[in-house]
Amino acid sequence: MRRPPILLISGLVLMWLLLNNTLSPGQVLLGIVVSAGMVLYFRPVRPLQPRVHRPLAAVKLIGRVIVDVIRSNIAVARIVLGLVRERQVRSGFLHIPLDLRDPHGLAALACIITSTPGTVWVDLTRDGSTLTLHVLDLHDERAWIRTIKERYERPLMEIFE
Amino acid sequence: MTIADLPWWITLPAGLLLIVGALLTLVGSIGMLRLSHFYARMHPPSMGNTLGTGCVLLASMLISSGLASRPVIHEILITVFIVTTSPMTAMLLMRAAVHRSGARAQRQLVMRQD
Repeated sequence: MRRPPILLISGLVLMWLLLNNTLSPGQVLLGIVVSAGMVLYFRPVRPLQPRVHRPLAAVKLIGRVIVDVIRSNIAVARIVLGLVRERQVRSGFLHIPLDLRDPHGLAALACIITSTPGTVWVDLTRDGSTLTLHVLDLHDERAWIRTIKERYERPLMEIFE
Repeated sequence: MTIADLPWWITLPAGLLLIVGALLTLVGSIGMLRLSHFYARMHPPSMGNTLGTGCVLLASMLISSGLASRPVIHEILITVFIVTTSPMTAMLLMRAAVHRSGARAQRQLVMRQD
């Protein structure tokens, strides 16, 4: 018997309460019943279960992503408005060797990279060893690879693997 | 409480956030028009998707919380849904473009050989 996915159920309860915009005991109870019922009923069609090892690292990563999204918004706005006249902006594809293998971690990495303006996820090789990105402002490939690997991949590996 | 009764310390930040969010979305759209090729044009619209929407949702949270005289935070859910769903279309478009340009390059190669 597998451990019931507490985190998923509590996440769904939280979502239920946010959608109803309430904290009344009746809604809390209803939310728990509906979420737990749905999760347990749909478990057979979802064999992969994520293991979140370090929730605190996840919170830290979310904060870091928010900061990065704000910074890259400013960077892309500068490029669009032509405020980087001192050099030519060169966009291109970037190949990054990847150590992260957990599918949930990869999904999170894809969401982070694509949500951040200036980088879009393009492809992952079939064996999961190389990630291809498209980067709008590719003036320093090494710096980009370092950023992705250290800022996102390492915390994701700590959380999911 | 109506909108007109809201204190300035709610309306002022909310107004600023709305303006910033709208400007970011506008710049993102201008970028989609102005940049030179498909791959580059993929990037600016995600400004509106991220910080643009974020600012507008924060403003919405401020105003609704002020109107209801209690914290209203279910806008967070909209953020979660946008962050988890919008990359899907971006990746799909990107992969379609890569696939098409790959096919075109191959066709040109074949034509050159003929």
